[in-house]
Amino acid sequence: MLSIDRSIVEAIVAHARRDHPDEACGVVAGPVGGDTPTRHIPMDNAARSMTFYEFDSMEHLRVWREMDDRDEEPVVIYHSHTATEAYPSRTDVAFAGEPGAHYLLVSTREPDTEEIRSFRIIDGVVTEEPVRIVDAGVDPHAVQSYMFGQSPATVDYECSGS
Amino acid sequence: MAIEVRIPTILRSYTGGAKVVEGAGDTLGDLLTDLDTRHAGLKARLVTDAGVLHRFVNVYVNDEDVRFLGALDAKLNDGDSVTVLPAVAGGAFGFAAAAAISQHRATTAAVAARRAAVAPR
Repeated sequence: MLSIDRSIVEAIVAHARRDHPDEACGVVAGPVGGDTPTRHIPMDNAARSMTFYEFDSMEHLRVWREMDDRDEEPVVIYHSHTATEAYPSRTDVAFAGEPGAHYLLVSTREPDTEEIRSFRIIDGVVTEEPVRIVDAGVDPHAVQSYMFGQSPATVDYECSGS
Repeated sequence: MAIEVRIPTILRSYTGGAKVVEGAGDTLGDLLTDLDTRHAGLKARLVTDAGVLHRFVNVYVNDEDVRFLGALDAKLNDGDSVTVLPAVAGGAFGFAAAAAISQHRATTAAVAARRAAVAPR
């Protein structure tokens, strides 16, 4: 499961909307080993394309060094699909090079709603996982769990806080 | 001549899990050949059958992308730091790119098989 703060999800969606119809991409860093995304880093899409994204190589190096210096790792790598569903394409799977990351996809094909889904992509195998959106500063037992446009089978209806 | 090489997570299977390894060479190509003697298979993940750097692997010498330094001919000096990062890329409809990648993987596998047949170890 990916647990992610609501303010970060909102920032990612805003980035995806801003760059629509081009694909937007970025990273959410977090402390090494913690599996908690804490620092949102919108990246340039060097491809500037509606159907492809690629980090700029120099920005990539700078951001990865900065994470190293701060004892962080890329907990989430996100990008948007602007005309199709939020599911990894064959290209996404072929290029997925960070086996420890949650691959978050946002679809902005609908003007009013976003589809947000998360995946592990390891050795070419895609595994979807639930996304739990956490409200900061709220009692963890009162956390509300839901996903936009998620398939019902993987929604965390229990609101269990675990 | 010792050059520090930073290895990304996805390639650490070639380095016994090590995040940083050391190698030697006057150029990036020489360094990768040297590394491959101790970390067999690593070079094939970075260099194509045609002898050029893979399009979707980023290699840096200190703070520079080696594509601007002559790629595999980039000159190295003692104390340089080389960083390898898999490009972060993808997208909805890059079928041509995906096809190129799978084609490349097939080529890499074929080259590895050929090497194994020619020079069994």
